[in-house]
Amino acid sequence: MYPRAFHYHRAGSLREAASMLSEFGDAKLLAGGQSLIPLMKLRYANPSHLVDLNFIEGTSYIKEESGVLRFGALTRHAEIEASTVAGKIPIIHDCAAGIADVQVRNRGTIGGSLAEADPSGDWATVLITLQTEVRCQKSQGDRRVQLTDFIKDAYTTALAQDELVSEVVVKVPPKGSAGAYLAFKRSAPVYPTASAAVQLTMDGETCKDAAIALGCVGLTAIKAKDAEAALRGQRVTEKTIAAAVEAARAVADPQSDMRGSVDYKRMLAGSLVKRAIDIADRRARGEQVEAGHIYA
Amino acid sequence: MPDVIEKVAIKLTVNGKAHSLEVEPRMLLVELIREALDLTGTHVGCDTTYCGACTVLMNGAAVKSCTVFAVQADGAELITVEGLERDGQLHPIQKAFGDAHGLQCGYCTPGLMLATAQLLSQNKQPSEKEIRKAIAGNTCRCTGYQNILKAIQMAAQSIKGA
Repeated sequence: MYPRAFHYHRAGSLREAASMLSEFGDAKLLAGGQSLIPLMKLRYANPSHLVDLNFIEGTSYIKEESGVLRFGALTRHAEIEASTVAGKIPIIHDCAAGIADVQVRNRGTIGGSLAEADPSGDWATVLITLQTEVRCQKSQGDRRVQLTDFIKDAYTTALAQDELVSEVVVKVPPKGSAGAYLAFKRSAPVYPTASAAVQLTMDGETCKDAAIALGCVGLTAIKAKDAEAALRGQRVTEKTIAAAVEAARAVADPQSDMRGSVDYKRMLAGSLVKRAIDIADRRARGEQVEAGHIYA
Repeated sequence: MPDVIEKVAIKLTVNGKAHSLEVEPRMLLVELIREALDLTGTHVGCDTTYCGACTVLMNGAAVKSCTVFAVQADGAELITVEGLERDGQLHPIQKAFGDAHGLQCGYCTPGLMLATAQLLSQNKQPSEKEIRKAIAGNTCRCTGYQNILKAIQMAAQSIKGA
């Protein structure tokens, strides 16, 4: 399958890429290409110009400094999976290590995933449970946008037409905080049917703070605020978990499709929240527990 | 749609051999490999980033060559299934797939062998779980995977012992 013909441009810097976007108008950026190229082959995306970011030096890195992790926009999922620095936030490793398959993780990027804003993408669901800022670059100047303000709708972000993602900045959670990400999918290469990200900050037996997000069950990742409230300031018990799960199910807004019915997805999202709370709680107590993508 | 599309000059190394070509930007890497270089061991299966039949190594990393544009491979070193053997001798991975009956129709096999090559370049002694994860992006509709697992375990042993 061939995409429609397009002009190819190789940007020498992110700044130049941003100015190419305003110069060409009908242009798309090529990062990992693992969503864009299939969309172009199916001719859902038909840009006249393609601006390749892959030859720009210094866009792939993971740095820890003053309480934050900085990810270059073109950092591949596989690099995050293999990174001990990124591994300090277990929920980030859960996500990076399970996106699609080895081949896709070798190409796909964190910046591309957020900019694509696919409702079934993994990164947004995980990163809204942490304090995440997206650095957006124009040909002149840049700005920082909170991830919660960055994702506007399905496939829609706060990026202006001549703007791109240059960096993703994640605040390192405090001591006593741990999370888990669980995504259920039918096989490795497909998008999950539903996913849940949970980050708990424990103060002894009490859950001081909770962040809970659902993926693939709405037009964007959904912050389950009532579920968070059900745990915040409480002990993590069967009763409070049940209340959080109930609230998470209520806020899920899935669509029926080949991956499952509305009711099925809502049940699944709740079950994933339940398991993720348990794993996050155990991890916060120092236990090593595996989590990530689940498939047959 | 643009009227005149400029071709792009690229240089790449495939199985140790240097090539200079001019390609249309929309040409997929798998088409370059199969049509321009006549290396038909790399297969097109689903053409939708699912099945992994088109897997090749690009700078040592397994990629689905139906989901990479040929222009992106400018300056890259590629290994396709044809590049596994050395001096007419099958690579231990190839030999193990044969010895363990790790294939039936053979359509997915080149992709699986290159996914295996990346795995064994990073992990000499993978567990069964690690093997399953490493080949999760490669679909086989014949074998049921059991003999593929055995083949990869056999290849790991053979490379370790060499």
